[in-house]
Amino acid sequence: MKVYHSFQEIQLDLNTGKVSCKELVSHYLDNIENNKHLNVFVEVYKAEALQQAELIDAKIKSGKAGKLAGMVIGLKDVLCHKGHGLQASSKILDKFISQFNGTAVQRILDEDAIVIGRQSCDEFAMGSSNENSAFGPVLNAADNTRVPGGSSGASAVAVQADLCLASLGSDTGGSVRQPAAFCGTVGLKPSYSRISRYGLISYASSFDCIGILSKNVEDAALLLEIIAGTDEYDSTVSNKPVPAYSQLLKFDGKARIGYLKESVESPGVNGEIKDATKGLISALQKDGHTVEAFEFNLLDYILPAYYILTTAEASSNLGRYDGVKYGYRSTNITDLESMYKKTRSEGFGKEVKKRIMLGTFVLSASYYDAYYTKAQKVRRLIKEQTEKLFEKYDFILMPTTTTTAFKLGEHSNDPLSMYLADLFTVQANLCGIPGISLPYGKDKEGMPIGIQLLSKSFDESRLLAFSQHIFKNLN
Amino acid sequence: MNIDQETIRKIAHLARLEFSEAEATAVGNDFNKILSWMDKLNELNTDNVAPLIHMSEEVNVLREDEVKVTISHEEALYNAPKKDSDYFRVPKFLS
Repeated sequence: MKVYHSFQEIQLDLNTGKVSCKELVSHYLDNIENNKHLNVFVEVYKAEALQQAELIDAKIKSGKAGKLAGMVIGLKDVLCHKGHGLQASSKILDKFISQFNGTAVQRILDEDAIVIGRQSCDEFAMGSSNENSAFGPVLNAADNTRVPGGSSGASAVAVQADLCLASLGSDTGGSVRQPAAFCGTVGLKPSYSRISRYGLISYASSFDCIGILSKNVEDAALLLEIIAGTDEYDSTVSNKPVPAYSQLLKFDGKARIGYLKESVESPGVNGEIKDATKGLISALQKDGHTVEAFEFNLLDYILPAYYILTTAEASSNLGRYDGVKYGYRSTNITDLESMYKKTRSEGFGKEVKKRIMLGTFVLSASYYDAYYTKAQKVRRLIKEQTEKLFEKYDFILMPTTTTTAFKLGEHSNDPLSMYLADLFTVQANLCGIPGISLPYGKDKEGMPIGIQLLSKSFDESRLLAFSQHIFKNLN
Repeated sequence: MNIDQETIRKIAHLARLEFSEAEATAVGNDFNKILSWMDKLNELNTDNVAPLIHMSEEVNVLREDEVKVTISHEEALYNAPKKDSDYFRVPKFLS
């Protein structure tokens, strides 16, 4: 079977009978089987996906199929899918079976998407390389000695290696955009609260966002319009109407774009990535858009503020894993306290424990104001200064990452060097604004380069339309 | 900021975690590196800045308080590592 690069292509062939859902599912199942070494899927729902495909083929014939009929999707191991395993790639949720569907999952199922399996990730979405999974590292399909990025690394590889058409992941500090850049896919993180978080395993609740990994901008737009919007199970979700993003992908007129000066000048950014960014800047200028550099003097404070706040929220959110209600319980216990301690110490991996410790520390009585409150104040400064930029610019442009995909184990010994992998992506999460990573060429070793575009909150329509313009016409 | 092993032990207890001596030393070393990096925020004057607490613009989202079953008793107990027909079971803690 041919490799499909867009859902539109699939729909065309489904409607003319050139392909069936069953053939599509079989194609992806074969690819999954042939790419087992990439270690993408924790579980593959072979029989169920094939059965679902037959049902949807019948629906297509009778003209009753939903908007996503023919779309085969993978789910990051943080999204509740009723009757299926879910464990945030952690031992502490060993044998956990979801008892309900999260809202985003329910909405794609209602539109006849087929879920082919659940994908590994960094444990509890904490990591930038997918090396922190209880199921072992996931490999980048472009070079098996390199990481796919993280935390939604496997979800990006699945799209990169054609193991499904699209994946739903989550993005707390870049976990969709950074692996998208490392694997050469599109990665969309919408505005905070655009998509209900009901049924998304919590990491840092004021940052967490469900995101989309896809082969192109249209598919991301279509998925977003289906999963976004008001939901009675999440009181923080936005009640703003959801535009028909997939119908609004034409960008008219000229944009005002600001690019982060440091991102094309700093010696900390890989030369080929700087060149690709400069290449896009001149292509945009030739295309008639206004593009100018800006300096962001709070850049150095973004990551420390992010790590204080996310570890604090994580230490609180992960308090629920106590060996009582679900998941793993240590057998090596004498009383209630030892049950908690042994269960958590044996169940959580090293990075998760470290972040719980840091979060507990910054929330502890003696240090709360010095770290936690301070970081909340800095978050406001960063948000306000970012919003000011959008008075001048329609979009902000910078590379998604400072390097292309790094080697497995390259950052394992230095916690700070791994954290720096998220330098350009966390700003969007600190401010709650949408961001997208678009594939933009490759380095000389063949590794994909990603360019990131940011817009003001709830401006996804224009962000997606402009992304589509770059993706189609300037790439 | 320099964190001693006594503080690491205290924080570990609060987080209900246990570390071997070697692990605790490693955590302490990472802590000191990460905290001195976090201390960079002190360069910024935030005297007149209110902490940013809520990220959602929605305020007081309410719905009708209807009685309904969203998850059954069996479903709620389904994933428990130790249970009987009605309850989660934990080690005895009252003597």
